[in-house]
Amino acid sequence: MYDKGKIIPGLIVFVLIAVSPIIYNRGNAGHVPNPEKPKNAKECVRPVAEMRESHMQMVIDWRTDVIRDNGAREAVTAGGVKYVRSLQLGCMKCHTSKQKFCDECHKYASVEPYCWDCHIAPEEKD
Amino acid sequence: MKVLQSVLLVLALVVVGFVVAIIPGGQALIGKVLPYLAFAVFLLFFIVKVVGWAKSPVPFRIPTTAGQEKSLPWVKQSRFDNPSTTGGVIVRMLLEVTMFRSLFRNTKAEMHDGPYLAHGSSKYLWLFALIFHYSFLVVVLRHLRLFLNPVPGLIQALGGADGFLQVLSPGLYISDLTIVLGLVLLFGRRLVRPQIRYISLVNDYFPLVLIFAIATSGILMRYIIRPDIINIKQLAVGLATFHPVIPGEMGTIFFVHLFLVCCLLVYFPFSKLMHMGGVFLSPTRNMANNNRMVHHDNPWNDPAIKPHSYAGYEDEFREVMKEAEIPVEKE
Ligand code: HEC
Ligand code: HEC
Ligand code: HEC
Ligand code: HEM
Repeated sequence: MYDKGKIIPGLIVFVLIAVSPIIYNRGNAGHVPNPEKPKNAKECVRPVAEMRESHMQMVIDWRTDVIRDNGAREAVTAGGVKYVRSLQLGCMKCHTSKQKFCDECHKYASVEPYCWDCHIAPEEKD
Repeated sequence: MKVLQSVLLVLALVVVGFVVAIIPGGQALIGKVLPYLAFAVFLLFFIVKVVGWAKSPVPFRIPTTAGQEKSLPWVKQSRFDNPSTTGGVIVRMLLEVTMFRSLFRNTKAEMHDGPYLAHGSSKYLWLFALIFHYSFLVVVLRHLRLFLNPVPGLIQALGGADGFLQVLSPGLYISDLTIVLGLVLLFGRRLVRPQIRYISLVNDYFPLVLIFAIATSGILMRYIIRPDIINIKQLAVGLATFHPVIPGEMGTIFFVHLFLVCCLLVYFPFSKLMHMGGVFLSPTRNMANNNRMVHHDNPWNDPAIKPHSYAGYEDEFREVMKEAEIPVEKE
């Protein structure tokens, strides 16, 4: 092998970069999100699986429907509970803490919805 | 025909990924076992390939460069295009890797009536390659948010910058548009120009189609067929901590995406994609042009054969030369 002095360090750097996520985590999977369940309600506006997968599309669809297409502002859950199709007056009426609910997952998945630039999150109790 | 073959091959891989993902145990196979296998094959054969290259001797500095070499003091040297020092080589290599300078010098040749041959500059390949490679880099770096916990600020900031348009929810990433654009342009280039189509092989089209399929499945997954990202992150972090788990429903499309990525990793070291490592070993980029300053031994010379100077030659054959009336330097 020629140029060992350059090629072997180069390969070591390459392997270190490739396995850097393993080194970074150091075998510790860290905190897994545990969003707080609402105490004042039994069910979400849709089945939980669907909420976990698609709530980001749902909130923006509500926005478009309510604000731009003059859609209904209110709807009922499968169990017959009335709710407002709104971020502040809907989601956050049942999920009363942004930090303990939305942010739990969002920090984990590294998303920062810009909705809160304008919309006001409920006051955190503690 | 070659295009069709590549597309069919990738479609076959999609079908395999899909079928394995819906049979029982298949998700564990793709999610927990295959990534390790694919990653190991990728790393191992990447190294094998580079070591194999490093074993080939390079006898001489190869100065196929685009600038004035170091010469007399009053001739201006092109320091980075034709470097004579290691520092110059490092700058040339950096420019090559980050700016694709040799693609910038791409030319085209055309026949005109006359007939005469015309050469012109052709920057398309350079532009398309830049679009594609930087988008790919950004997409891969952003994916680290799925593997690292907690997510470093830098990765988060990159996602924020990439999504700064703030349209759609989840927010649209610009790199998702540009990676597809880059792929389509690179693919189109091979189709549109007859000369390039003539020299294109299945292994030129196949990686483009495969990466296209990976990007499309990812984009579908983000904007249309949404899987549960929290579960997926648990799997990904699990992989990076050697405790892979399947924490719940993740959607078939995710497993197709992951399966295709594993195929790409396995394919990588055996294909032209190795230019990622190869660029650092290309003799015309990584060697200082110092042929006139430094003595370079030919590495495959037999050490038993000693150099034979003219003086020595004359000593050996002086008598015979004189007989043949060949002039000699020393009587
Ligand atoms: C009527 C009250 C109510 C409203 C309004 C509501 N939710 Fe829920 N949500 C719940 C309840 C109760 C649960 C827990 C259900 C369960 O665990 O079975 C839940 C669960 C969820 C989950 C799954 C959490 C987990 O642990 O996996 C998500 C995500 C979610 N909601 C998001 C939203 C969003 C976003 C909105 C606004 C678009 C919203 N919810 C509006 C009551 C509500
Ligand atoms: C630039 C400021 C701004 C941003 C950013 C913003 N909104 Fe709004 N949004 C508004 C305003 C103002 C209204 C009220 C309009 C009205 O009621 O006529 C509104 C209304 C809504 C409504 C209708 C129901 C209600 O609450 O009155 C929904 C749903 C909604 N926004 C969702 C979102 C989501 C989801 C995001 C983030 C992806 C978002 N918004 C980001 C300003 C904003
Ligand atoms: C079960 C975990 C979970 C909970 C709880 C949750 N989210 Fe999310 N949310 C996610 C994930 C994961 C994403 C990112 C999806 C992606 O990157 O494709 C996301 C993305 C979003 C986005 C789009 C962000 C963007 O710009 O891409 C919005 C808006 C959003 N969530 C709103 C909410 C609101 C409001 C709540 C609280 C009522 C909430 N979410 C609670 C998991 C959750
Ligand atoms: C060659 C490597 C890969 C490429 C080119 C690629 C490409 C893409 C693209 C273009 C997207 C669209 C959304 C985005 O840009 O974030 C995407 C999404 C996604 N990819 Fe990949 N991917 C790769 C590897 C992986 C791996 C190894 C995983 C395993 C965890 C993965 C999981 C995902 C997930 C979960 C999404 C959806 C993200 C979301 O909804 O926000 N990808 N991919």
